[in-house]
Amino acid sequence: MGKIKVRVKINGKERSDEVEPRMLLAHYLRDVVGATGTHIGCDTSNCGACTVVMDGKAVKSCTVLVGQANGREIKTVEGLSQNGKLSKIQKAFLDKHGLQCGYCTSGMLMASYWLLKKNKKPTEEEIRRNLSGNLCRCTGYQNIVEAVKYASELIEKEGEEEEVVVESQ
Amino acid sequence: MNGIIYVIFIVSAMTITPSVFEYYTPSTMVEAVNLLEKYGDEAKLLAGGQSLIPLMKMRFASISHVIDISRIEEMDYIKEDSNRLSIGALTTVDELGSSVTIKNRYMIIKEAADQIADPLVRNMGTVGGNISHGDPANDLPAVMLSLDATFMVQGKNGGKEIKAEDFFVDSLITALEPNEILYEIRVPKMVKRQGGAYIKHKKSAGDFSVAAVASNIIVDGDGKIIKVGVALTSVGPTPIKSTRAEGILAGKKLTEELAAEAARSITEESDPVSDFYGSIDYKKKVLRFIIKESLVAAYKRAKEAQ
Ligand SMILES: Cc1cc2nc3c(=O)[nH]c(=O)nc-3n(C[C@H](O)[C@H](O)[C@H](O)COP(=O)(O)OP(=O)(O)OC[C@H]3O[C@@H](n4cnc5c(N)ncnc54)[C@H](O)[C@@H]3O)c2cc1C
Ligand code: FES
Ligand code: FES
Repeated sequence: MGKIKVRVKINGKERSDEVEPRMLLAHYLRDVVGATGTHIGCDTSNCGACTVVMDGKAVKSCTVLVGQANGREIKTVEGLSQNGKLSKIQKAFLDKHGLQCGYCTSGMLMASYWLLKKNKKPTEEEIRRNLSGNLCRCTGYQNIVEAVKYASELIEKEGEEEEVVVESQ
Repeated sequence: MNGIIYVIFIVSAMTITPSVFEYYTPSTMVEAVNLLEKYGDEAKLLAGGQSLIPLMKMRFASISHVIDISRIEEMDYIKEDSNRLSIGALTTVDELGSSVTIKNRYMIIKEAADQIADPLVRNMGTVGGNISHGDPANDLPAVMLSLDATFMVQGKNGGKEIKAEDFFVDSLITALEPNEILYEIRVPKMVKRQGGAYIKHKKSAGDFSVAAVASNIIVDGDGKIIKVGVALTSVGPTPIKSTRAEGILAGKKLTEELAAEAARSITEESDPVSDFYGSIDYKKKVLRFIIKESLVAAYKRAKEAQ
């Protein structure tokens, strides 16, 4: 059975690879591209840890065949920070303690990134609805919701592109 | 994915990579039909993959030829003309729920779409896939039954129409032949004084339902019911279109008592099984309650849509 050639743009960089069509996008990102920031929590389409943004829409990369991603733009958690500076959404998660173990965090960040792209000022209800495909076993969600609200404020105040430097701890 | 299989799937040890297959990406419907014709039973269409990929990962479905139809642009649209609403099969569930046409005039469809799975699954899953999968736990089939929708199908030897009520044959089995593709869903255009509601009872966010009910009602100027369609999700091997609703409700104004009587009777048409989502008894209790709730909501909307 043949391999297929896929061309994708991952975090702004184009690449192409020959892969088996049965490979899933999550495994392609982690094992072929080496972008291990995308986590696999359940591998059964339930938890959202593997969330990436594909052509502007947040999807579960464990439930996308690599062929479905062919020709598309993928944004993963590695694409959020710029030159070592955390993005506003990342800073907000840090400041508001929107994570504990961190396993769900890359998925939460990508789902939040997608939400804030389409809705700059989401209400609490909208935040909760939009993150309903992402499970967190640690935080109880409250601080995640706070973080997304705070990120929305930061973006409103300081604009989207400007990145904030965060001191390493 | 079938709600029942789904639970087995979550709790069992599993393989996480599909078996080997050849992969095709037709860009027109004709190409897709030709591929189906060529590979027959060994082929399967993949739209959003949100039902099929989980099955392939568990190896419940082992397919040698996967035909990815998601790039067929001519099958992705929502249009309304003087007779009907036409939904291209590749419209995603998210696009369906976000459509202004749907929001303004087809609340019942929006209510169902917004409650399907979670936003991430809705970004990939399609209307055609949700219907063609034949899962009695999927939400759009009951909505389409209540609205008397028609499914437009294309095969090698031409096209045909299948009424929603003739489409769902058994669990995961539909009237589609292996070499046929569903390309459009047609819903009669909403008329004056028509209202609908979809009530879904679920255990947790993003889940399939314990039970769900679609009600579609048209009233006359006096508030008497002229036409009613009620269909049920998750309570039988297929979605179930009530055959009793019309007889009980037609020609009458809906009162609380009448809605309760109809709910009791329609519940008897259900055939749920005892599983992870609840016992038979529990499901019937839930069902009776939400049938009433959905009738009352649909009736209110029909009267307000004067
Ligand atoms: C975590 C999770 C939760 C979910 N919860 C719900 C829920 O609450 N309610 C609900 O309704 N659904 C739910 N689903 C299912 C989801 O909505 C699927 O997207 C949908 O059922 C299938 O659409 P798809 O485009 O992904 O189809 P696919 O998975 O691509 O295909 C499904 C089946 O339909 C066939 N098919 C697809 N398109 C066509 C076509 N145009 N013509 C002929 N055959 C076709 C395929 O060959 C396949 O057999 C859930 C899924 C997941 C992963
Ligand atoms: S790893 Fe993809 S949804 Fe859990
Ligand atoms: S921080 Fe541990 S799962 Fe969310």
